[in-house]
Amino acid sequence: MASTIRVRAVASGDTTEVQSLIRHPMDSGFVKDRSGKLIPAHHIEVVQFDHGGKTVFTALWGPAVSKDPYLKFKFKGGKKGDDLTISWVDNKGASDSLVAKIQ
Amino acid sequence: MLRKFFIAVAIVVGTAQPLLAAGAGDPQADFKAFRKYFTERFPKVPLNDFVNGPYSMDAGLRKQWKAIDEFPPYEFAVEQGRQMFATPFKNGKSYGDCFPNKGIGIRQSYPYFDAKSGEVITLDVALNQCREANGEKPFDYNKDDMAALTAYMAFTSRGKPFDIKIPDDPRALAAYENGKQYFYSRRGQLNFSCASCHVQSAGDHIRTEVLAPALGITAALPIYRSAWGGMGTTSRRLRTCNSQVRGVPLKAEDKDYRDVEYFLSYMANGLPISGPGARP
Amino acid sequence: MNEFADAPDSARRTILKGAVAGGLVGLGLSGLPFPAYAAADAKEWPQEAFKQKSEVDALKALYGKTVEASDKVSLDAPEIAENGAVVPIAVASTLPKVTGIAILVLENPNVLAAAYKIPEGTEAAVSNRLKMAKTSKVVAVVESNGKLYSASKEVKVTVGGCGG
Repeated sequence: MASTIRVRAVASGDTTEVQSLIRHPMDSGFVKDRSGKLIPAHHIEVVQFDHGGKTVFTALWGPAVSKDPYLKFKFKGGKKGDDLTISWVDNKGASDSLVAKIQ
Repeated sequence: MLRKFFIAVAIVVGTAQPLLAAGAGDPQADFKAFRKYFTERFPKVPLNDFVNGPYSMDAGLRKQWKAIDEFPPYEFAVEQGRQMFATPFKNGKSYGDCFPNKGIGIRQSYPYFDAKSGEVITLDVALNQCREANGEKPFDYNKDDMAALTAYMAFTSRGKPFDIKIPDDPRALAAYENGKQYFYSRRGQLNFSCASCHVQSAGDHIRTEVLAPALGITAALPIYRSAWGGMGTTSRRLRTCNSQVRGVPLKAEDKDYRDVEYFLSYMANGLPISGPGARP
Repeated sequence: MNEFADAPDSARRTILKGAVAGGLVGLGLSGLPFPAYAAADAKEWPQEAFKQKSEVDALKALYGKTVEASDKVSLDAPEIAENGAVVPIAVASTLPKVTGIAILVLENPNVLAAAYKIPEGTEAAVSNRLKMAKTSKVVAVVESNGKLYSASKEVKVTVGGCGG
């Protein structure tokens, strides 16, 4: 099965720009289904980005983050060929992670 | 407020002249007139930008679209489509065997007129024909599998100019004319034609959304709608449009739908494929 | 241009199934001089902050502080959101020693939409996409040198006409 995480990490000088897109319904818990029942909240809670053994960014998300959530940020110290690890966990305890190479 | 808008549009439509000559059977003349209308009405829009629909018409929407297009949510559908495309059928053959160039970068040639069957064949129909010829069940034209597959194929054709042919065959010309007529005919309780919104009111607001111009409107198909939270097929979009004018939608890939796609895509000849598109 | 820069052959994939308790991931790295990799941990999630209905309460729960406006916080959000389900919003700041960024949507049922931890070496900027229930003031908060600073903007949200 394909990963839920798509990431583009590009180093330019000493700065790495990271963009990520994660496949997740991010149900808010406020929307009803066709039969009128509330679809329970199901959303990512924490996303963590690590490089060189250090966490470079942490996202703490509530249900108001859009479906298939996107993120962009920049950090110093990464270079082409380095590993960038992304991991997430949601409110149901599910998780996924990916190791990508900085381009 | 919306009702007043609709009444206003209906008045305009009732008195507007048809854009193209009725029953003249001259697609090339139609092509020139159609293009002239839009380029004169929107002189500041670069020709190739019409394929971006509402975003060619409104700067505020364009900025939001660009932000989302940096890493668009349809990437998952395109990736799913790519994997589906690469997976062989049970009989060992694959999609690539049904199409020229192994099915890569060919979307801009669809729809085409098939002399053997006397029908207009859209990409979605061609894909299902390929499946059935190889012993597989066809996909539902309204659902995600077809949306993912066509999203991938559109993606491989990004930037390629539409190349729709009307062969020297009276049946092909008749199909083109049928599509043109469908486009300009009013229907539904709201009594709108496709042209009411996408020709007369192109660029105008309908609540927060901006109506896409008909010129190049099929170039962005299939589309990912934030409103749907996912990728939708051409059929889904056409059927939804019918429901929105409170008309009864036709069956997916009905002859009229295929013919109107043929007409609109011919009108877009030379314009680049922009699909799969992200829309509100 | 979209490129699959993260194509399968350039990425290795680790899946962590089930509840992530944090700590060791069973990679057998004990005895090594650096701490073992710890993935995203649900324990970090500030549950109370995400329940709050007012800006003051959310920031109190998240940071334990109050906020003042600053022109060194920039908030990029549309005047009129094309679709309330996906509103692209970016926050950046020129303030020194930024350790956190939070974004609140005041008319949402719970005002805190997202919060970010910014370690040293990471730029004080983030772009994300948020849901807005209706027209609302959006507030961007930056934690700098232990104090909170904010910028805000009203974003209009109406129902689209042709979304079907």
